[in-house]
Amino acid sequence: MSALSDQVVSIATLVYLLAMISHAVEYALGSSRVKTVAAPARELVGAAVGAGTMGGADSAGGAGPEGGAEGAATAATRAERTARRAEMAGRIAVAATALGAALHLVGLVTRGLAADRMPWGNMYEFVLTVSFIGVAAWLVVLVKVPSLRRLGLFLTLVMVLLVATAELVLYTPIVPLVPALNSYWFIVHVSTIVFASGLFLLGAVPAVAYLMRAGYEQGKRSFPYTLAKRLPAAAGLERFTFVLHAFAFPIFTFAVIAGAIWAEAAWGRPWGWDPKETWAFISWIVYAGYLHARATPSVKRNVAAWLAILGFLTVLMNLFGVNIFFEGLHSYGGL
Amino acid sequence: MTAVDDRPAAPAEAPRRRPNPVLALLRNSWRQLTSMRTALVLLFLLAVAAIPGSVLPQRGVNPEDVRDFFTAHPDLAPLLDRIGAFEAFSSVWFSAIYLLLFTSLIGCITPRLRDHIRALRAKPPAVPKRLKRLPQHAVVPAPAGGVAAIAETLRRRRWRVMVRGDEVSAEKGYLKETGNLIFHTSMVVVLVGVALGSWYGWHGNRLLVAGADHVFCNTRQQYAEAKLGPRVGDNLPRFCMQLDEFDARFLPTGQPSFYNAKVTVDEDGGAPRAEEFSVNSPLRLDGANVYLLGHGYAPVIRYTDRYGNSQTSAVPFLTNKDVGLTSEGLAAFPDANVNPDTGERNPDLQVAFDGLYLPTAPQQPPFNRSEHPTEENPLLGLVAYRGNLGLDAGIPGSVYQLDQRQVRNGRLTEIGSKELRMGESWTLDDGTKVEFLGTEPYVVLSVRYDPGATLLLVSSVGLVLGLMGSLFFRRRRIFVRVLPAGSGDGSGPPGGGSPTGGSSLVEVAGLPRTEHPGFAAEFAQLVSAIRGDERGGEAGAGSGAKSGTGARGGAE
Ligand code: HEM
Repeated sequence: MSALSDQVVSIATLVYLLAMISHAVEYALGSSRVKTVAAPARELVGAAVGAGTMGGADSAGGAGPEGGAEGAATAATRAERTARRAEMAGRIAVAATALGAALHLVGLVTRGLAADRMPWGNMYEFVLTVSFIGVAAWLVVLVKVPSLRRLGLFLTLVMVLLVATAELVLYTPIVPLVPALNSYWFIVHVSTIVFASGLFLLGAVPAVAYLMRAGYEQGKRSFPYTLAKRLPAAAGLERFTFVLHAFAFPIFTFAVIAGAIWAEAAWGRPWGWDPKETWAFISWIVYAGYLHARATPSVKRNVAAWLAILGFLTVLMNLFGVNIFFEGLHSYGGL
Repeated sequence: MTAVDDRPAAPAEAPRRRPNPVLALLRNSWRQLTSMRTALVLLFLLAVAAIPGSVLPQRGVNPEDVRDFFTAHPDLAPLLDRIGAFEAFSSVWFSAIYLLLFTSLIGCITPRLRDHIRALRAKPPAVPKRLKRLPQHAVVPAPAGGVAAIAETLRRRRWRVMVRGDEVSAEKGYLKETGNLIFHTSMVVVLVGVALGSWYGWHGNRLLVAGADHVFCNTRQQYAEAKLGPRVGDNLPRFCMQLDEFDARFLPTGQPSFYNAKVTVDEDGGAPRAEEFSVNSPLRLDGANVYLLGHGYAPVIRYTDRYGNSQTSAVPFLTNKDVGLTSEGLAAFPDANVNPDTGERNPDLQVAFDGLYLPTAPQQPPFNRSEHPTEENPLLGLVAYRGNLGLDAGIPGSVYQLDQRQVRNGRLTEIGSKELRMGESWTLDDGTKVEFLGTEPYVVLSVRYDPGATLLLVSSVGLVLGLMGSLFFRRRRIFVRVLPAGSGDGSGPPGGGSPTGGSSLVEVAGLPRTEHPGFAAEFAQLVSAIRGDERGGEAGAGSGAKSGTGARGGAE
């Protein structure tokens, strides 16, 4: 069962990779029926030429002359074909993400069955679970707001990185839990932490996208901003970022409190400034800062978005950094 | 979130009762700008200030690491120590930041609390003159019941409703601010709970070896390490405890899988009673909780001196934190070789054994590391010393370690070493004998009292519930004005007649007081509920309703 789990997770990683590539292709091809009608031919051809490379959008202006030489009619049919292909790539990407998530889940469940407990006992399992929550929440979002599909490129990139890191760097064979982890509060605490972290992961995606898109909408045309050309409008991204964080923050708060209750029973004190606890505190404060910044009219939305990203970095620090750099009571996380 | 504040022009809002709108505005801006920004900066500072505490070793978390740090960085460490870097979370700078933040917090919530209580008591404000300027607006035929019916519809949907003549004002979502205030207030209460705990709480750590010889009673002197809050008196709650049995089970890999401690406790002179506790389920006594933090072995060593007198010691050996529970300790016999006839004590004939205990020794030497935490092949390595242990000199020494200074200056000499199995004995060069009789388990206990704990728990619940209220509720207002028959536009002065029947129109407007993306949809639903669409609105539904639900979708 344990070997099966490992294999399924490896396959899931490859499927995420496929999803990422498809998203990249969709991105590069561009889509949008709007353009087939309105946009100048030059840009369309440019987009077509750029297909296949991830930075395709950059080359938009390059192929001008040829585009102009061909008739507008051919350009239009070509554009339509390109759009169809982009749409196709997008659908493949979503299907692959869903398949990857399904495999991911199978990997987690078999791991849990093999260990005869919840698969949250060490860092490998922890990262796998957090990333699964992220992708599952993403799929829910996609069903509700299909127009956000293009963010999938960023999301699948994060997924590939996280799951591959888990497999290559963090992998640990199955062992049962040490007695300190044998508690109901462990399940409550870890499941909510995992859930909130997954949502924070997902929340960081539109935050980054917002910053890029907002820059693009203000007319910036240098490197990272050009990537945002085909993203949804900045205001929507910003609100989406907020909704995710507003949802995740109370869960995270609850998780930290559950951790304190458990720590009281296990170690005799609810809070002891152990490195994990300290970084959870830091994350909590940064996200509280995000919510404050967003609620303060005089603070620019850019600042708030940066705080959200900073928050996610602190979450990552807690997931990886604390286990690697510091020794603390939480060191059962084990590398 | 404060959509209203983002929108500079929400002029249609009813005039506040405050005497001077300029002052009110100033006050409002001060609150919004200064405090929120200050709070933001302080929050950020607090996050940054927490980092050193996780990077540098902390005395409260791991004092040995701090000692190691001093050894590794003899120049840097004292400097860092002076700025409190090893007690970062009680340092001046950290405290300054959070005290400032909490001052700002209290300064922020007090006026909001007052305003909110006022708002809760107040009626929804009067209908503004020009409803058209509100983000949501519609003109529809009036329902059969007129104003009363509209008010009833809104009330049924849990709006707070105020009817003034032909006008209805309604407001909803007060729980948002209530939640927000509960959340922020809870944070202050959390701090109070922490403060209570540190003033009136105390805790101590100690090792407890199994057996009736090692009963422990709760007094200050009984703790190796104790920390008492400044307001704790000398009298700790009275109880005594004896460890009867300790059960630890391990996997083949050596990883622990189960712990259980059986004890006999008597509290404050009461009858002794049996109790059990474990990791994750502490023993809760009256006025103190006992937590199981660790365990180990105390080898039982008997030494028979030149005069044939025997003494037995069961000193807990400290574990190396390795999987196999390799343990080190010291069995000292300062009272050895006292002449029983004369009572004369020869300080140079004291004896001590530096020991290394391996619960599961390897089959082959070197015997320096245990392979498993259970006692499958127990082996005790002893190094014998004779001479002056230096205990009388008043030099503070550790019970668990030999005073190496005595060895260095020649007052204490090493006289050989040997590995003993359980039951074996070793006769030293002077004919005295040491025996390894067996081991007793010991547990590491933390005994604590935290009077702030309940408060912390209660305020945490407030924290989460308040936060949810604050984030998930939305404050918004609805205004309705029944227009006299024939007047198709809402800007005219409200008619004073009594409008009934289908010939009149109602003007409905909505104002989200906080960001609310779904407000347009909610408004549209409300409007159709008001005109009575759901239950097949009566006569007037079809007639002059060309204007329809002209919701200006402008909210978001
Ligand atoms: C101890 C530090 C603080 C923390 C951790 C904290 C946390 C939070 C959080 C998480 C929210 C989001 C809930 C929501 O948006 O409704 C919030 C909202 C809010 N906080 Fe704080 N806060 C702190 C201090 C302060 C201070 C000092 C002020 C006053 C200047 C303040 C004023 C507000 C206001 C007005 C809101 C509501 C924003 C809105 O919804 O319009 N907070 N706070």
